[in-house]
Amino acid sequence: MQLTSSAAAVNADLLHFVLRTPRWFWIAAAVLGLVLAVGIAGEVVMIVVGLQVLGLTNTVSWAVLITNFIFWVGISHAGVMISAILRLTHAEWRRPITRCSEVLAIFALLTAALFPLIHSGRVWRTIYWVFPYDFTRDIWPNIRSALIWDPAAILTYLTGTVLFVYVGLLPDLAVARARSSGFRRRLYAALSLGFRGTSRQWRIQATASLLLSALILPVFVSVHSIVAWDLSMAILPAWHTTLLAPYFVIGAVHSGVAGVVIVMAVLRRALRLEAYITREHFENIGRLQLVVAFGYIFFFLSDFYFGLFSRDAIEEQIWHLRLFESPTNLLMYAQILTTIVLPLPLWFIPRVRQNPALMFFISIGVNIGMWLERYLLVVTPQSLKQPFVFTWVSTYEPRPMEYLFTFVAMAIVATGVLVFAKLLPIVPLAEIKEGLTTDAAGHLPRA
Amino acid sequence: MLLGIFREPEALRGAMLALRAAAFGGRDLTVLSSVPYPEGTFGEEAEPHRLHVFPFVGAACGFAVGLLLTIGTQLSNPLVTGGKPLLSIPPMLNILFEATLLGAIIFTVAGVIFESRLPDVSGLPRDPRIEEGMLGLAVRASAPTRQGEAEQLMREHGAIDVVQC
Repeated sequence: MQLTSSAAAVNADLLHFVLRTPRWFWIAAAVLGLVLAVGIAGEVVMIVVGLQVLGLTNTVSWAVLITNFIFWVGISHAGVMISAILRLTHAEWRRPITRCSEVLAIFALLTAALFPLIHSGRVWRTIYWVFPYDFTRDIWPNIRSALIWDPAAILTYLTGTVLFVYVGLLPDLAVARARSSGFRRRLYAALSLGFRGTSRQWRIQATASLLLSALILPVFVSVHSIVAWDLSMAILPAWHTTLLAPYFVIGAVHSGVAGVVIVMAVLRRALRLEAYITREHFENIGRLQLVVAFGYIFFFLSDFYFGLFSRDAIEEQIWHLRLFESPTNLLMYAQILTTIVLPLPLWFIPRVRQNPALMFFISIGVNIGMWLERYLLVVTPQSLKQPFVFTWVSTYEPRPMEYLFTFVAMAIVATGVLVFAKLLPIVPLAEIKEGLTTDAAGHLPRA
Repeated sequence: MLLGIFREPEALRGAMLALRAAAFGGRDLTVLSSVPYPEGTFGEEAEPHRLHVFPFVGAACGFAVGLLLTIGTQLSNPLVTGGKPLLSIPPMLNILFEATLLGAIIFTVAGVIFESRLPDVSGLPRDPRIEEGMLGLAVRASAPTRQGEAEQLMREHGAIDVVQC
């Protein structure tokens, strides 16, 4: 097929869902809208009734909502990591999956940012604590608190990711403008800023792609390190460890890559992208998951060993609670099973890696396990807070509202990705076309 | 202005070389494509740009803003903790790191827009065939004789269409 007809076919395929709406979109949008409405109702109830709708106790003050925050920040990580590293290394197979990874990162991060706000109970007051400006009380945010570093890091990461996606979208918006009409045409024309595809503009695009990739990678590492420091800057045993930052980062990559696999599998099926997101992509990302899983095992075991070798009585009790006391130990066994024991041997089998459905279900399992890992890291050390032993306080148990918010978070991310895919090309047209013009060495096939 | 439409990159490259041999300057010739071809595919001149400078300027600005913010907030709310100095450098480093990178990223994107000459007011012609994978060669030629010469050269080298814009 000639490049001209190939490029036209790429435009037709990848803009099909953007410009035409199948019936299933409305059904999906209605279901997700309903879940979001229930979530908003839950938030209103929590504001009116108060934080007692959560299962928090005198000792366990950070629980499911903060677990959700850490989990979704983690999911947001691999998106940009995959995109940036694959761009910097000129990995050819990156082309169809970079944007969906970046978009997942944006919506996961936005969802994560909701949870500290919800957790605060009085959402509107958080601005006094975070925003770097004195409003009325002559009290400024305390930059010595890790809770101030956190919004600074997340704001940087979110802004960087949005701009990263936007720069890559410019050429695709110009194509979408040419293929659309009416309001959409005006919207795409405005957003594309009149991008024309001159040689200079393509050169700038190529340079910008590398520059932004290189700039966003340190932010990606810093964000989850700072999220880990939310815990490790406290003097609580099992939280107060230097290991927590890299452990959180590798855990974030483990869950994030699994998140990207889930999105890839769903988009491939729903948008009929089998010709673009192929089994080879799942094969490659499966290999990546294998490598990341080994890194994760190293940090998981290090956390365990250092916990025991510290000979700290409280830390030993925390590990006893995690390993031997029901129901906490069941959660820990489920975590180990779904993040390490089951996926690792399966990822060694090429046929499994090349099977999108299997990769989808394994990745769902990994993310269930990673959520449990975050929960155990956050909740169990608080359950044994010393020296304030509130013996009359019952064990922490999540309440229905916490389950609801956890479920709604998934719907928020799904809605974000769905709406993005409906309005803008979720597979980068320009990158796919670039792949058609070059061979693996970056030269024209006939040059 | 003339816009030649080409199907093959080799044809456009041939036309480009012929036009330059006929004394059309590099600034008079602009390749338009919806496909990012490798640099120099069409024999066009590589225009220098300064995109690499933008992240450094942005980083410096971000660092300065971060410094102002961190020092300003600590001095505006002089909360002495444990007898330690008021200006605490280790936590400042976290904010400074983020502010520096945020500045670098924002300036890089501003640089992309500036160096790409966006929003586009160049008056370069549009043709929907370019968005569908064909290649365009815009030739600036004001004199009718030069226009005729350019059109002839482009057609000789495989332009499937030449339109006056």
